[in-house]
Amino acid sequence: MNSITVLFYVFSAVLLFAGFRVITARSTVHAALYLVLAFFSASCIWMLLKAEFLAIALVLVYVGAVMVLFLFVVMMLDINSDAFREGFYKHLPVAGFVGALIALQMALVLMRGFQGEAPAPTARELELGNTKLLGIEIYTDYLYPLQLAAVLLLVAIIAAIALTLRERKDSKHMDPAQQVRAKKADRVRLVKMAPTVEQPSAPKNEGGA
Amino acid sequence: MGDLTLGHFLSLGGILFALSVVGIFLNRRNLIVLLMAIELMLLAVNLNFIAFSHFLPLEADRMAGQVMVFFILTVAAAESAIGLAILVVLFRNRASINVEELDELKG
Repeated sequence: MNSITVLFYVFSAVLLFAGFRVITARSTVHAALYLVLAFFSASCIWMLLKAEFLAIALVLVYVGAVMVLFLFVVMMLDINSDAFREGFYKHLPVAGFVGALIALQMALVLMRGFQGEAPAPTARELELGNTKLLGIEIYTDYLYPLQLAAVLLLVAIIAAIALTLRERKDSKHMDPAQQVRAKKADRVRLVKMAPTVEQPSAPKNEGGA
Repeated sequence: MGDLTLGHFLSLGGILFALSVVGIFLNRRNLIVLLMAIELMLLAVNLNFIAFSHFLPLEADRMAGQVMVFFILTVAAAESAIGLAILVVLFRNRASINVEELDELKG
């Protein structure tokens, strides 16, 4: 039993414990924090599997962005978490039975069927490293899916902003299209008026002094 | 306990997946925890991809698995961003995220 095996069991234990606490924690904030722990230990396991780039990407993207978003939303909403706990234990037997069955079936099939040891890394892998190999794959064979993924992220940004955008009532925001469309008739009103002729004032002291 | 095989990692992924299925059963009312359970499921699936990518004999196959995980991460991030935005709008309109009260469509 070498050190990698020991590390695998330690990280798996932490991962499963964190996953268990995510689904049973009373407070939603605690669930989110345990999910952070779960992602972190999963990234450690990915590191053991020599997928360094994805392990770091998981920490950066999930712990750094997605979970912060989760925590923001959880703290922004004023949720009464006790109301959600009603009938929590009523479903526990069925849920536990189904879960145990799924895990048992999968473990039975997987432990028997996949006994292979890891192949030795090729010379190219040792020379270039995981990150560079992944980059080469993404930017050559998978360039078109990469562009699609970028567009998907753009769509997600626009959708999220458009969904949550709220017009402020006291905003002094102007609509340029409306400004351009304004005609003279909308703004200026010509009023017909009789001309007033000013009489020249009589010179003072005419013929006097 | 011998050396680590592919089965170990796949079993870990399977147990994690089963755990999140149980989570969906237990937290049927809380929409946020449901989203978190889905994230956990995606993590289990990604773990399988990475495990296969480490244990497959051909180098080209191995990298394909990691590319797949890369795209799943992208899609999952987009999904959770939009999901949370919908959640915020829902809470603003209904003042509740209880799944059992969201029955306006009468499906």
